[in-house]
Amino acid sequence: MRFMMVAIPKGYETAAADAAPGAEAVARMMEYNKSLQKAGVLLALDGLFPPATGARVSYTHGKATVTDGPFAEAKEAIGGYWILQVRSREEAIEWAKRAPMANNEIIEVRQIYEMGDFPADVQKAAEGFNDLPNVAAAKA
Amino acid sequence: MSDIHRTIEAVWKIEATRLIAGIARVTHDIGIAEELAQDALVAALERWPEEGIPEKPAAWLMTAAKRRAIDALRRGRMLELKHGEIARELEFQQQRLGEAMDQALDQVIDDDVLRLIFTACHPILAVEGRIALTLRVACGLTTAEIARAFLVPEKTLGQRIFRAKKTLSEAHIPFETPRGEELRQRVESVLSVVYLIFNEGYTATAGEEWMRAALCDDALRLGRMLVELLPEESEAQGLLALMELQASRTAARRGPAGEAVLLPEQDRSLWDYAQIQRGMAALERAQKLGGGGRSYALQAAIAACHARATTAAETDWERIVLLYDALLQVSPSPVVALNRAVAVGMAPGPTYGPAAGLHALDALAAEPALANYHLLPSVRGDLLVKLRRYAEAREELQRALAMTDNVREQDLLSKKLKQASLNDRSKESMGGGSV
Repeated sequence: MRFMMVAIPKGYETAAADAAPGAEAVARMMEYNKSLQKAGVLLALDGLFPPATGARVSYTHGKATVTDGPFAEAKEAIGGYWILQVRSREEAIEWAKRAPMANNEIIEVRQIYEMGDFPADVQKAAEGFNDLPNVAAAKA
Repeated sequence: MSDIHRTIEAVWKIEATRLIAGIARVTHDIGIAEELAQDALVAALERWPEEGIPEKPAAWLMTAAKRRAIDALRRGRMLELKHGEIARELEFQQQRLGEAMDQALDQVIDDDVLRLIFTACHPILAVEGRIALTLRVACGLTTAEIARAFLVPEKTLGQRIFRAKKTLSEAHIPFETPRGEELRQRVESVLSVVYLIFNEGYTATAGEEWMRAALCDDALRLGRMLVELLPEESEAQGLLALMELQASRTAARRGPAGEAVLLPEQDRSLWDYAQIQRGMAALERAQKLGGGGRSYALQAAIAACHARATTAAETDWERIVLLYDALLQVSPSPVVALNRAVAVGMAPGPTYGPAAGLHALDALAAEPALANYHLLPSVRGDLLVKLRRYAEAREELQRALAMTDNVREQDLLSKKLKQASLNDRSKESMGGGSV
């Protein structure tokens, strides 16, 4: 089973557009990432630029409205994620407990849907998924 | 199982490999190391539900293992040493053992984990012993879990592991990384064990327990560990690529009723394209390391040809034939030759096609290794159907049907047979034999 660990760094919701983590924090994180890789559980990971550089597209009655970051009302923001392949929810949580996070930071652990987790009609509706461009790129 | 027990099990899965490797570094015997680690797990199961999970579970487990090791040393030595003067010597030994184990955890290096895997996959062991021991020490699986995955009684599996550990101990197999000429053979043994574990899971049918299919994930996990531990070994990358590419088709391999769906009929939208991408990346790394022409990399390259084709009709069969030609050079086998014949039968162009495929199969007819292999007549039948030689096709398909006990294979063959009979009749009614 696959899980996403979502990192929610403290104060990232108000971080400056050019905010970057310090070398020491990055080194600690790299060590942790390496331990995930050596254990064979790491499938993917990425870090995200601060929300100040992002945008929110919100929808009202089919109409999309764009708001540039930072988002005043946000109480927390995603800083990055890992995707792990593990045997159980507990194992994903144990890996999260080992992450070198700072005081009051959060990692949210969420299971990733596999196609088999959906009911048959949803699976049917998902057919043709491979026509999507990101998937086609994987094939190139 | 309660929450806390599931959590302890999860901690165990994470820590077991390095813990056993660390203890084996001191004991030089993975059987003893595995037992001491197991004792530590038992202690954790007793204490953690009350005390909570310690902040440093790995250190806690190592300390528990150390206590058991010192107890064992004392008990063993006490029988031999009766006199007081030797008690001091014993105390010294205990202290040394304790210190060594205290340091072991901090010092566990990747080489220890690698030694552990090399030893578990030692050629002196029966293949099934290698598989069981590897899952136990390198994946942290319990005897019960392994037994369920391999559909054997827990007792049988326990004996299998016990025998393997005993064999290693009696043969005084050193806890070390092989060097030079031996290294290559030993790497091959490790990779083949991992691929066997993968195939156990991959060939599991839908009705079977989830445990069995999870073997694919365990094998992939081992594969990812190995590419880290053996960064120069292209075949570790090749094997990882092959497993990722094959596993990417898992969701498409079973129909709604659990029936097998073969590659040409699979709904390719169900393939896992993120996994295909990982497989492609691993294959590229294997090729960059100069191992593109080796066995697992070639098999991965064949799987990659299928992964690249958006529809079955787009499959680059000519390239697949060439890759099989290369594979026959490095690891010749009748089954590879059979697969090559299938590819020849599928490829376009004047030198390929069903007739050429049939010709390639003729060369395998006398192959003793294929004498009882149902896929030989089954493939012949398919090619004959394509050539519209239905009467002969039916004979072959019937032969294939008689040769397999697998219900799903039988279903598939019966369906083909029925179709061949229908075609045969319609051909006759149309004046037949014109092809």
